[in-house]
Amino acid sequence: MKDPVDVLIIGAGASGAAVAWSLAETKMHILCLEQGGWMNPAEYPSTGRDWEAKFYGEWSSSPNIRGRPEDYPINDDNSPIKVVNYNAVGGSTVMYTAHWPRLHPSDFKVRTLDGVADDWPIDYDALTPFFEENDRMMGTSGLSGDPLSPLTHPPMPQQPLGLSGAIIGKAMNKLGWHWWPSDTTVATMDYEGRARCINLGHCTPACAQGAKASTDITYWPHAVRAGVELRTHCRVREITTDENGMATGVVYYDKDGVEQFQPAHVVIIACNGVGTPRLLLNSASNRFPNGLANSSGLVGKNLMFHPYAQIYGYVKEPTDSNRAPPTCLWSKEWYDTDLSRGFVRGYGVQFVRGAGPVFEAVVSEQKGILPWGADHHRVFRKLNAHRLGFSAICEDLPEEHNRVTLDPILKDSHGIPAPKIDYTISENSRKMMEHALARGREILETAGATDICVNSPIPWGGWHLLGTARMGTDPERSVVNEWGRSHDVKNLFIVDGSVFVTSGGVNPTSTIQAIALYVADQMKQRLANLFD
Amino acid sequence: MSADNQLTRAQREDLRTVAAMIVPASDEYKVPGADDPAIQADMLATLGRDTKLVAAALDHLARFAGQPFAELDAAKRDAVAQEFRSSGGAAAATLVRVVLQCYYRDDRVLRSLGLELRAPFPKGHVLPDGDWSLLDPVKARAGTLRRAP
Repeated sequence: MKDPVDVLIIGAGASGAAVAWSLAETKMHILCLEQGGWMNPAEYPSTGRDWEAKFYGEWSSSPNIRGRPEDYPINDDNSPIKVVNYNAVGGSTVMYTAHWPRLHPSDFKVRTLDGVADDWPIDYDALTPFFEENDRMMGTSGLSGDPLSPLTHPPMPQQPLGLSGAIIGKAMNKLGWHWWPSDTTVATMDYEGRARCINLGHCTPACAQGAKASTDITYWPHAVRAGVELRTHCRVREITTDENGMATGVVYYDKDGVEQFQPAHVVIIACNGVGTPRLLLNSASNRFPNGLANSSGLVGKNLMFHPYAQIYGYVKEPTDSNRAPPTCLWSKEWYDTDLSRGFVRGYGVQFVRGAGPVFEAVVSEQKGILPWGADHHRVFRKLNAHRLGFSAICEDLPEEHNRVTLDPILKDSHGIPAPKIDYTISENSRKMMEHALARGREILETAGATDICVNSPIPWGGWHLLGTARMGTDPERSVVNEWGRSHDVKNLFIVDGSVFVTSGGVNPTSTIQAIALYVADQMKQRLANLFD
Repeated sequence: MSADNQLTRAQREDLRTVAAMIVPASDEYKVPGADDPAIQADMLATLGRDTKLVAAALDHLARFAGQPFAELDAAKRDAVAQEFRSSGGAAAATLVRVVLQCYYRDDRVLRSLGLELRAPFPKGHVLPDGDWSLLDPVKARAGTLRRAP
């Protein structure tokens, strides 16, 4: 029998790292169990000549394609958007674009403002100090003062505009539309032990330079130095409870595949919007027959992805290709509700600088714009290093039929039932995507682009996993309360994207981590009566 | 049937033939075709997890051809290849991707494209800072962030 720990965190990704670091100052015995291991930057794709090919195999963003021992399979056959993630210390911050917008203040009040979905039980102001703290910890770059975004204070200057950014900026100016250099977690100067960006380009699947913030190189070194224990290659099967309905610990498989029980006084789940409901549903018991913390019946429901509407084309001038981080600018021109557009809510835009030669060849051949035969070379030279992209991150509203359940057949390598995704794109989202594609086409044509192609939705675009254990004040309509504690199990907390009530129209990692820090702060303030 | 981790002689010959159809050699651009021995060797050496799908694609191609694809005359080859690409699904897409990912990392091809023969790390690339006065109209236009009640 292992000694109990004060706090057991499941998952060492974006939110698990933040909550571990924040709670470390309490000097409690904190243990984090992570199913993956520590990453080795010397093995990252950009260190080899075959860097692009790796994206189709061991460095695929899809766990189903990647199939590393640390991954678990996901049945997403019944979804037009496939789940992508990464399982390691750092979680999916190892493999993300580092685009760093926040939810807007209006995103927390969508029922009040627009009459749809639900308001959050917290507001933007409650998170403001944690956004700021998180930006310092992750190390952000950007330009303060965007008139259409919440005010941020990035500690580092924005990325260079580059060739692609200048072309996009000119086109947006011609059209009179908003654009701004994106806040990112790419270090543009040496920062807290991280080296500045040297434009490796292929930075979504991990940054060999360490310029892109992932929590294995930001939060975790601090948390470990402060005494947090991080146990890797440990996959949690279920959370156990006692006769009083309190969590008692977890059953997990250690690095040798041996079943272990780890007792704990407090359990915090940080497994993302798919992994968290999977774990809660796998923790069903006589006392909790429908899954743990699921008296509302909402565990796994209201899955929100952000359907991505992507359009791209080719200009005559050279673009940045793979010689820069992929994202550089955003636009909030269509972020807020304007019912004359035919849909409610809106979308953020992230512009994409370009692609490398292998990706360009493979995708263009699939799209039918790069021919086989003698003309292949001429056409490839017209396309390669001339691409500009526009991706709209469309706000997905919560719908209960979009959900995560347990697959009755599929299991991971430890025999634990795998998650199953059922998801459809709503009519509102479809109209939003059509609107975005039309605006994207205008921008590209204004920039002089031809050979315009569309990916809508981006099929392997399920990066943002939100809403499946939503927060709220009503136990019948939410899974956790307004400070992340389960309504049903008073020593169980959730800090990842599952708790989102609505999704906004931006990449969510900044907000996920701010929420994790906020929940940790709430816990610290209530330590004397945490379970009341 | 193919073994799990290698292609038969007939499959290798068909791979070489279809690769040359996808990317033929060019005197104009001074590049080899994808049937070049070094590029073919790279494909075979790095097939790895793609072996099964590529083998399936090549078997599919041979079935369309009714005989070894490489032995068809040029006109028939073109017709079979078109049918293969349009109906070959994931296996055909994988085969084409394997051809292209090996072709576009060959030294001679990269040189022809004006690209350096190296991994991105550790040298990286230089990105021009650009003309930030482009942002002046956006600043002048300003705008208002939608407030929450």
